[in-house]
Formats: sequence, C-alpha cells, structure tokens
Amino acid sequence: MHHTTTTTGTSVSCSEIGACTLFWAFSRIALSGFGGVLPFAYRGLVEKRAWLTPTEFAEFLGISQMLPGPTICNVALMVGHKYGGPRGALAALAGLIVFPFLLVIALGVLYQRYGSLPAMRDALRGMEAISAGLIFATAVNMAIAMYRKKESMRRQILKTGLLLPAFIGLGLFGWRLIWVFGVLAVVGTSLFYCTREQE
Amino acid sequence: MNHEPDVFELCGRLAVLSLMAVGGGVIMVAPDLQDYVVSGKHWMLNAQFTAAYAIAQAAPGPNLLFVSLVGWLVGGWFGAIATTLSIILPSTLLTFSLIKLRARQSGNALSKALQHAFAPISAGAMAATALMFARASDTGWHSGLLSLLCALIVLKTRLNPVLLIAAGAFAGIVHLV
Repeated sequence: MHHTTTTTGTSVSCSEIGACTLFWAFSRIALSGFGGVLPFAYRGLVEKRAWLTPTEFAEFLGISQMLPGPTICNVALMVGHKYGGPRGALAALAGLIVFPFLLVIALGVLYQRYGSLPAMRDALRGMEAISAGLIFATAVNMAIAMYRKKESMRRQILKTGLLLPAFIGLGLFGWRLIWVFGVLAVVGTSLFYCTREQE
Repeated sequence: MNHEPDVFELCGRLAVLSLMAVGGGVIMVAPDLQDYVVSGKHWMLNAQFTAAYAIAQAAPGPNLLFVSLVGWLVGGWFGAIATTLSIILPSTLLTFSLIKLRARQSGNALSKALQHAFAPISAGAMAATALMFARASDTGWHSGLLSLLCALIVLKTRLNPVLLIAAGAFAGIVHLV
C-alpha cells in the first residue's frame, strides 16, 4: 500500500509521512493562501518543510497543470502520494479543502443574511470588478508564458489559432465549453502532433 | 429559484466541466456554470453568482471553492458538499491513474502535443471568463477601468491579490464604481 520509492534523497530524510501530518500541513498551507494557494505551497513544501526540492516542485506543478481539475489539488495528491501512498494523497487533498470550505460557507451565510445591505452590495460590486481584473491578468500571464517558448513561426500562429477561437466562442458567442474545448483540443492536438519538431 | 433545484443534475454537469478545466483552474468553467444556474435554470440571480465568486476569492484556500458556494446557494449543505466533490473527484481519479502510469507515459510525443494544444485554449477560455465577470459587475466605464487597473497592477507588481480585493471593496463603498 505504501509506495516509498524515494529515488531523490535530497528532499527529506524520512520517506514516509503520516496522513495526519499531511492533512495538517496542507490545512496550514491552504489557510494562509489568500489570493491563490500556489505561492504558499512552494513556501510550505519546498522552503519550510523540504518535502520537495525546487525541481520536484516544478515537475509536480507542470504535470498538475497538464491534468484537468484544480492545479493545487493535483499537486497535493502527488505530494501526499509520494509520502503516504493513496491514503496520504487523500489526506493532503482533504487538508487543502476542509477548512477553507467551512470558511467560505460561513462567509456565504453572512452574505445571505447581510448581502442586501447597501454597503455590502457596494463592497461586493468593487470586489467583483477586481475579480474580473485578476482573472484577466491570469489569462495574460498564461498567454505570455505560452508565446515566450521558442518555437517555429508555424506553431506560434497555431497557438493564436486556438486562443482566439476559444475566446471568441466562449466569451463573445457564449458557446458551451464542452463543444469549444472538444473541437479545439482535437484539432489542436492533431496539428501540434503533425508539426512536432524532431529532437 | 423558480424551479426545484436538482443538485444531481448540477453535479453531473460540473463533473464533466471539471475535466475541461486544464491549466488555469476551475474558474474557467464559470461562464458555462453561470449560463446554467442563472440564465438556464434561474436557480439564482446573476448578482448572487458573481458575489459567490468574489467572496471565494477574498477567502483563503483554493479558488474552486466558489463552486461550493454556488452549490450552497442552490441546495444548502448537501448542495455545497455534492458540488465540491463533483468538481474534485473526476480529476482526482485521473491524477491517481496518471501517478500509476507516469513512469512509462510521460514525455511521449502525443502527451506533448496535448500540452501544447491545451495552453492556448486555456488562455482563451480564461480571457472569456474575465469578460464574463467584467460584464456581470459592469456599472459603466468606472468598473471596467478598475478591472483593467487591477490587471495591470497584478502583471507589473507582486502585490498580494487580497490587498487589491480589499481596495476594490473600499472603492465600492465610497461609490467610485
């Protein structure tokens, strides 16, 4: 049950961490994660606890971003799995979710009760405008990271040929994600596969 | 709020959507979810939907919890727990199977092509989500300007987003937006 294949001996001395320890560690990371958990995950996992080397963190993050679903949850699963097998993975994931979940619902209760107060509505309106800006910044960062990769002109154009239809279809025409994503993922993957550079 | 909300229907939809949120997190499913719970089913007002997102952003923890709050508004505690599980479980199972496969699968040409294709689609979907929230909070050019200003600050500095959210709340209270 416990997969303790520690090939990278540089990160932590003991190869197994209890489910409880994993749960609390990820709880602490999640609860300090105001405005995004990832930077705090780096601090908590690499700098503070040395459960991962910086390279391992980058590798786990890269795989997590390729997988569907919340990136940080996938990172937690992989870290938990590394130190505690499937049990550890679930403990880490639960740690990440349980307390922030209760907190968010508590805020929701407050919103239900006081959300119609004028001051509360005004504040929320401002917060929503900020939220839109934060998401836009994420989109821009993703695009910058994507175009910065040195690749052939043909592939750079292909990226634009996927980005723009995704934005226009979802944002301007309001098409459903399942269709837009399904079509673009199949077309994009085949084209990238055909134009792959031989390394 | 007109019809009896069907939490299971919502969960099924979320489970499918969660598998399409590649690269940028769960926020990407927001336009589809909004279309469903607000415009399609009338289970909540648009103002409630966007407020749920703003609240989840202001709280610590993963952003996916805005889905929990939407679930809570639709179906109380049961709705909150069921929607949270349905957004997490599919990708969790997939990650588990990948951990098992990883040794022999990583780095082949097809998975690289997949990664390459997902990045621009995710970026486009993320921009569409931003547009949806900008429209929802639209109170004229003030709010659009605030959104753009916020995006610029995030891109140019390493300021913690929570400070910006607090500034946004203040701007709302003093009627700047």
